[in-house]
Amino acid sequence: MALAQINWFKYSSPQAFYPLAGRMIPWFATIAALLIGVGLYIGFFVAPTDFQQGQSYRIIFVHVPAAWMSMFLYVVMAIWAGLGLGLNARPSFMMAQAIAPTGALFTFLALFTGAMWGKPTWGAWWVWDARLTSELILLFLYAGVMLLRTSIDDPRRADRASAVFALVGVVNVPIIYFSVRWWNTLHQGASVSMTAAPKMAATMLTAMLVMTLGFWMYSIAVTLARMRCVILERERRSSWGMHHSHREAVEVH
Amino acid sequence: MQWGSVSEFMVMGGYGLYVWTSFGVSAFCMLWEVFALRRRHAAAIAETRESIHDQCVGPR
Repeated sequence: MALAQINWFKYSSPQAFYPLAGRMIPWFATIAALLIGVGLYIGFFVAPTDFQQGQSYRIIFVHVPAAWMSMFLYVVMAIWAGLGLGLNARPSFMMAQAIAPTGALFTFLALFTGAMWGKPTWGAWWVWDARLTSELILLFLYAGVMLLRTSIDDPRRADRASAVFALVGVVNVPIIYFSVRWWNTLHQGASVSMTAAPKMAATMLTAMLVMTLGFWMYSIAVTLARMRCVILERERRSSWGMHHSHREAVEVH
Repeated sequence: MQWGSVSEFMVMGGYGLYVWTSFGVSAFCMLWEVFALRRRHAAAIAETRESIHDQCVGPR
């Protein structure tokens, strides 16, 4: 019984997680690079020209994966934040902290590439449409989660405050997702849905899904890398943090 | 394959500016994130080393 518990929690301690993450990062990074390479190849050289939008539609291969990741990462961050609050577990809060900047980056990229697509297609960089506005709110929510953490000195209080903020903000994710159905939006409806056949050529869909998988693997790699930084920064005072990073520093130099 | 030449590929049916800005900025941001994390990790290790030094021989 006691042994089973030890195994279960083995990698939930920062001490065990730090070297494990270090070994996992190169794998996820390599898979991410391969998937993104294949996705770009299919997207630019295999997928046909769109009969309505011409070549401008190719922005979809970065826009949709970035937008999906922006929402997905928010939900994952909120789950870690909720686990942290429920179990009072510091590593869970650290995971939420490690995910937020990457989620914010993908939100920015979804908005930016959306503007690049909107200008030639709609004639405007930006419109106050339900889909665009709720995605902009997502960016503010990520910013709120990160700013709340940096503005509170006591790490335990910072953890809890930003976790509560992240959990409250999660209601915005279904709003983004269903906005194109609930409101009349200039933004086009879903090209891919769970209930209907995709409204796009198979090669276009393949490129989009491969790019999404690539962004997902990239997100795991950078989140693990940021987790290692967070562990070192927060555990600096503990004897473990010093011992481990010292050994690593000596090995590297 | 729908591209007859490299310049045709770059022009992207007249949408080159929008398409390449989208992909370029995305690539730049993602690579920047990777390098920023490398710098942050190196800084975290350096600071940890300093605090080991402080604990062993006292502050410099």
